[in-house]
Amino acid sequence: MRITDFDIYQHLLKEKSGLVLVQDQSYLLDSRLMPIAKKWGFSSLDAMTAVLHGVPDKDLVYDVVEAMTTKDTSFFRDTWPFHMFRDEILTMLKKVRGSQKKIKIWCAAAATGQEPYSLGLMFKERGADFAGWKLDILSTDISVEALEQSKIGIYSQFEVQRGLPVRLLLKHFKQVDDINWQISSDLRKMVRHQTFNLLDNMSALGKFDMIVCRNVLGEFDAPLRKKTLEKLGNQLEKDGFLFLGNGEKPENDAFRPLHEKRGVWVLQDSPHRSASDVPQALAKGAV
Amino acid sequence: MRKVARRIAEDLGFDCVEAEDGQKAYETCKLAMPDAVLLDWNMPVMSGLEFLEKLRQLKNGSHPKVIFCTTENDTKHLQRALDAGADEYIMKPFDNEIIESKFVIVGLIEESA
Repeated sequence: MRITDFDIYQHLLKEKSGLVLVQDQSYLLDSRLMPIAKKWGFSSLDAMTAVLHGVPDKDLVYDVVEAMTTKDTSFFRDTWPFHMFRDEILTMLKKVRGSQKKIKIWCAAAATGQEPYSLGLMFKERGADFAGWKLDILSTDISVEALEQSKIGIYSQFEVQRGLPVRLLLKHFKQVDDINWQISSDLRKMVRHQTFNLLDNMSALGKFDMIVCRNVLGEFDAPLRKKTLEKLGNQLEKDGFLFLGNGEKPENDAFRPLHEKRGVWVLQDSPHRSASDVPQALAKGAV
Repeated sequence: MRKVARRIAEDLGFDCVEAEDGQKAYETCKLAMPDAVLLDWNMPVMSGLEFLEKLRQLKNGSHPKVIFCTTENDTKHLQRALDAGADEYIMKPFDNEIIESKFVIVGLIEESA
């Protein structure tokens, strides 16, 4: 792809989704954009690019942005955050949400749904501990297509093997044909789907006990990252939890780490203390 | 398939020994118990399932993590494998990402950051 052509895609993506494309990702563009050019009947990628330089159809712009933002995801990506959710976060939430018996989670940029369903599977693993409780997960993404797959909950044999233990596959999925598996209606009922762009106003989404926004902010530039974190912080209950991707830091005074290595953060004035806070406090007391 | 699995396992830092059927695999394990076994279902002389059942009866036979790696992809086979003591199950075709993620699940390796 020529530099000038790369520029227009870079600009489009930044404006519509906030994502920053770098030049070495141009190979990705070719493979992702070819199907769109074909769908719209362009003879080549260049022909489509020429139209995008003018005043393009907004549906074409949407398709292009959707193709470029689709996230690669898998069940239990990075494993640890999900174990931490099952073993620690749910226990903390059980203490503070006992009167409502409802836990509200937002998975932002959740694409094809492996992340919200992984959380649902972990909640199920706690079994009788949460009898009578409701887990309400809002799964949002910019891509209508990805959300459709998530809603139906059908995954290929490849997808159900990446990160998903076979025990959970057998317990919560049904084989629908030789190569596809569908997650149980029990799990599907836990997850609501809504198209949403992280650049938009979030206040209508309501407040959440936990927000999961992994491996997205790293692709924003610094000012947008800061702004988005501020907005996410406003949607989080005072004692809520923010899950970021591996190595992503809020770079923002509003949050402090609960478990930095596992990407779990809480608001500055949250009552929750990390395990590492305790020995520090003891050490201070000893002095 | 054995070659592909071997290459992936070696890339993950494991030393590999190959056995062409269940009986030979059983003899190999009796001599030196491995940490993990990647196992096909259909093999001459002794099937993967028979091997697994006999392996688990050996002294120290519960030590290896056993991962089926096979074309059988229906729930009945998956369930039988688990009942016989398999730790994980990989349905062909697979790629290195799938093998790596299954190795993480059974605790053979840590997740790469």
